[in-house]
Amino acid sequence: MGHRTPLYEAHVQAGAKIVDFGGWDMPLHYGSQIEEHHKVRRDCGMFDVSHMVVSDLKGAAARDFLKLLLANNVDKLKTRGRALYSCMLNSKGGVIDDLIVYYMDDTWFRIVSNAGTHDKDLAWMNAAAKEFGGVTLTERADLAMIAVQGPNAKEKVYAALGENLRDAAGHLKPFHAATIGELMVATTGYTGEDGFEIILPAKAAAFTWQMLAEAGVPPIGLGARDTLRLEAGMNLYGSDMDETTTPLESGLAWTVALEPEERKFIGREALEKQLAVGVPRSLVGLVLEGRGVLRNHQKLKCNGLGDGEITSGSFSPTLETSVALARVPAGVKLGDKVEVDMRGKPMTARVVKYPFVRNGKSCI
Amino acid sequence: MKTPNELKYTKSHEWVKVESDGTLTVGITDHAQALMGDMVYVELPETGRKVEANKECAVVESVKAASDVYAPVAGEVTTANSGLSDSPETVNKDPYGAGWMFKMKPANTTDVNGLLDAKAYEALVASESH
Repeated sequence: MGHRTPLYEAHVQAGAKIVDFGGWDMPLHYGSQIEEHHKVRRDCGMFDVSHMVVSDLKGAAARDFLKLLLANNVDKLKTRGRALYSCMLNSKGGVIDDLIVYYMDDTWFRIVSNAGTHDKDLAWMNAAAKEFGGVTLTERADLAMIAVQGPNAKEKVYAALGENLRDAAGHLKPFHAATIGELMVATTGYTGEDGFEIILPAKAAAFTWQMLAEAGVPPIGLGARDTLRLEAGMNLYGSDMDETTTPLESGLAWTVALEPEERKFIGREALEKQLAVGVPRSLVGLVLEGRGVLRNHQKLKCNGLGDGEITSGSFSPTLETSVALARVPAGVKLGDKVEVDMRGKPMTARVVKYPFVRNGKSCI
Repeated sequence: MKTPNELKYTKSHEWVKVESDGTLTVGITDHAQALMGDMVYVELPETGRKVEANKECAVVESVKAASDVYAPVAGEVTTANSGLSDSPETVNKDPYGAGWMFKMKPANTTDVNGLLDAKAYEALVASESH
């Protein structure tokens, strides 16, 4: 038996197929992964993401500490409630994890990181915090997290949880958060759709989930969460990047703040060296030409430039074809054709710009 | 999990129906489709293809994984369910009916006797899930 979220019983009662996910017993789907995917693109759905790790960083030095710890620059967070996506790097520039940090107040930042990397993340952050001084990191296992995503998600949240949420969070632009009593409501997500991520007391999770269900929000499993994020062109830690790859090789250069030059974040030196000699590999989008499904770890031949590998491949329910993220040698360009070894059969895939889907619409 | 009594089964999770003219209809079991999840692609054998027992002759791909489908006995493929290429989800919805995959003429009519009956297949599934 793995760890269980406060919503485990609700998943079982809803007929979920439960699988192990990073040591957690989580719902893969509640019947049909594809139907759940379409519900989120066309209407809305809710995800139990309580396995994700919420930590509160407090102290007068919190902002300065994060400027050392993270590859993106928290100085971009100028007003309370703003959120930032960043990688946390080791000294070699490898990605320890990707995370979202929320600016709560001048002495408090909230970090949401991955479940599968829980132990090493906290060990790394705590060691760094101890050395830096003036900050404390507290894991908030007393909190749960529910993501409600889709074009109708926000309206259904107001209907389920009260109109005061509209007043508090309805005006928020993407990557912002508002606090309403014990709820934190953020305009973040992992689907490429409008919606909220709600962080709330674990003891209130089951009731809140039920209120959302009664307002017509269907539960969505982690299976659809993965196809939704892939269509949205969002990286998955452990698949698309890890400690052996830098963000520059992982389609995440946009999250690395090299300016200002004097900010010496962990991993900076390694990234500068890699930039100086040239980044050897990049992450690209692929669309399969022909039938079949691109899968993680399938090998690619890239026109004499060398070999590549699919890091996230799946069937795209929205596009009704197969798409993937792949790591390829530098020099592979948009529009190029690459050869995929699909179970011993050579197939052709086209290099495309991603995201593949945003707000329900094809981008390719 | 449904396991119709009138069918025969393989250890690799195909079902086999012996038709009145001696041909065999083959598909994958309810257990197999549930394990794989939503089907998105089915690659079927060509008519006339000679197949060997327990050798791959079709492929099913779900959102989760690709899996080979094996010929239950030796013989020749007489027809395939071409409707599945446009609606692979039929395999999930009706694995023993509209979700059939191909029909074949067995090389030896007695070979099907070596396949599992419903009870033995259920026992196999139970042992695999432990």
